Amino acid sequence: MRTRFRQTAGRQHHAGPLTYVLLGLAALVSLFPLYWNLVAASHTGERVVTAPAPLLPGPRLLDNLSFAWNQVDMGEALVNTTVVASLVALSTVLFSTLAGFAFAKLPFKGRGALLTLVVATMTIPPQLSVIPLYRIITDLGWVDQLQSVVLPSLVAAFGVFFMRQYLIEALPVELIEAARMDGAHSLRIVWHVVFPVARPAMAVLGMLVFVQAWNDFFWPFIALTPDGNPTLQVALAGLGAGNHSVDQAVVLTGALISTVPLLLVFALLGKHIVGGITAGAVKS
Amino acid sequence: MATSVRARNGGSPSPDPPPDAPSARSRRPGDRRPDSGASALRRRLYRWDLKATPYAFIAPFFLTFAAFGLFPLLYTGWLSLHRVELGGEPEWRGLENYTGLADSEFFRNALVNTFTIGVISTVPQLLMALGLAHLLNYRLRGRGFFRVAVLAPYATSIAAATLVFAQLFNTDYGLINSALGLVGFDPVDWESSKWPAQIAISVIVTWRWTGYNALIYLAAMQAVPQDLYEAAALDGASRWRQFLSVTIPSIRPTILFTIIVSTIGATQLFGEPMLYGGSVGISGGSGNQFQTLSLLMYEKGWVTGALGQASAIAWVMLLLLLVGGAQTLVSRANRKKQEG
Repeated sequence: MRTRFRQTAGRQHHAGPLTYVLLGLAALVSLFPLYWNLVAASHTGERVVTAPAPLLPGPRLLDNLSFAWNQVDMGEALVNTTVVASLVALSTVLFSTLAGFAFAKLPFKGRGALLTLVVATMTIPPQLSVIPLYRIITDLGWVDQLQSVVLPSLVAAFGVFFMRQYLIEALPVELIEAARMDGAHSLRIVWHVVFPVARPAMAVLGMLVFVQAWNDFFWPFIALTPDGNPTLQVALAGLGAGNHSVDQAVVLTGALISTVPLLLVFALLGKHIVGGITAGAVKS
Repeated sequence: MATSVRARNGGSPSPDPPPDAPSARSRRPGDRRPDSGASALRRRLYRWDLKATPYAFIAPFFLTFAAFGLFPLLYTGWLSLHRVELGGEPEWRGLENYTGLADSEFFRNALVNTFTIGVISTVPQLLMALGLAHLLNYRLRGRGFFRVAVLAPYATSIAAATLVFAQLFNTDYGLINSALGLVGFDPVDWESSKWPAQIAISVIVTWRWTGYNALIYLAAMQAVPQDLYEAAALDGASRWRQFLSVTIPSIRPTILFTIIVSTIGATQLFGEPMLYGGSVGISGGSGNQFQTLSLLMYEKGWVTGALGQASAIAWVMLLLLLVGGAQTLVSRANRKKQEG
């Protein structure tokens, strides 16, 4: 993926000063709300809602953090979110790689039609499933249980398609045939041939799915409650709706707690994520 | 894509089992017979492996979809034909829930809001993403920084982004009104006025997704063959002309892809208006001024407890997408016919 990027990037025109000005502006607009989130989380609630709003960090960040952590249970929400996002990412990567491999390289009846079906399912809004699902988890007593948000997300059509697009180019049929000649059965081929070849794409897909699961809102908001066993997003929704009648500085501290872990991941692995988004799109 | 699929079918392993390499090696000329039972079994296993494994590998997706996608979808359809209250027995209503929607002022309001917010959030977003991708396509110092910076909003959740923007857009003390004041504008009522509130919500959507779409466009732009530009330059086309006549047509499939994805997203819009509205979020503001179809569905289902009506709204959302999708396909087919 990377080499392709490099090869094509070298031919471009050099950027003029206006390009840098415009890009600088875009970066500023992209980053300012995040910076201001930090600013607001470091002031008192009264200061945040007093005009003119603060532009520089204040002294209250640690107090707000400990309040959000201890009084609003953002710590518990952080643990829940990490558990949910990790499980969803692991299982989606595993099942998407298997299905993507089958769609890319294994001949079977109905392959084309089934692949079309996979892609078509992406257009179905989640709104069409939440009412029955809510009835089911209510009957099972799963409201506020994490499995009710993990199970529906065990595998995603997007992931299947993503892995198929990658493997179709990256995995030579000869490798599979050679393994079959050696008498390897399919699971051995998956383990010794497919996984090693697919690893870069699996890593990228894992990160994308992790981000998505971390930020997922609609179904978790229905299946979990802010005062029960929430993920970060559900807890934030509770704060935003005024459930705890806390001040705005604490609300925005909650927002900061939910954002910073992902921003750290992006700062460390951003290049790979960018590569993944672009690679997945070019091939689709 | 089509060609690669065909190539793969041609090159796939033949259905006949290959010689059993390991056992053949261990076999001595004299004892063929006792081994043949085992090798027949092996061959049968092998054939079974070839046949069944693909289905086993795609099974997790289809089982998950059947349980959490298809079954609920059909069940929602069934509910939409009934009068259902939380805890009560469903009662057959036919299409009354749907005809009721057609008469409902709230439904029409939500439908129009979903459409207007969808347009205000999608069109500028994709246009800006195109421009941004064009800029990022220059040879740049700090390329990595710019790319990650414009992608940072994508890492921010709907909830966090909306809570921050709700403060920035606050009518009394928000920074956006302060900034407008500096250039001489009167404060705008970003919460209870209809259009400003819809614009504010669209800004949140646009902020989160512009960079992401720009990176998708960028990747597509980098795959455009260089000789197309060279030919255009030889013909005396300016850089702007090249952008319009070479870049845009070359990445048209990608543009269509992002339009489809953003349209689906816009149809489902829920978290941004709900959290932007604070304590009156579910009704989409005090006068329903930014209530979307999703919010109305949630209000019907979880506040009013009219699950049949909520299900009908959900199905209308799917039908709208299907009609839109069919229309896109038809108009594309027509254009192809005209062109070729």
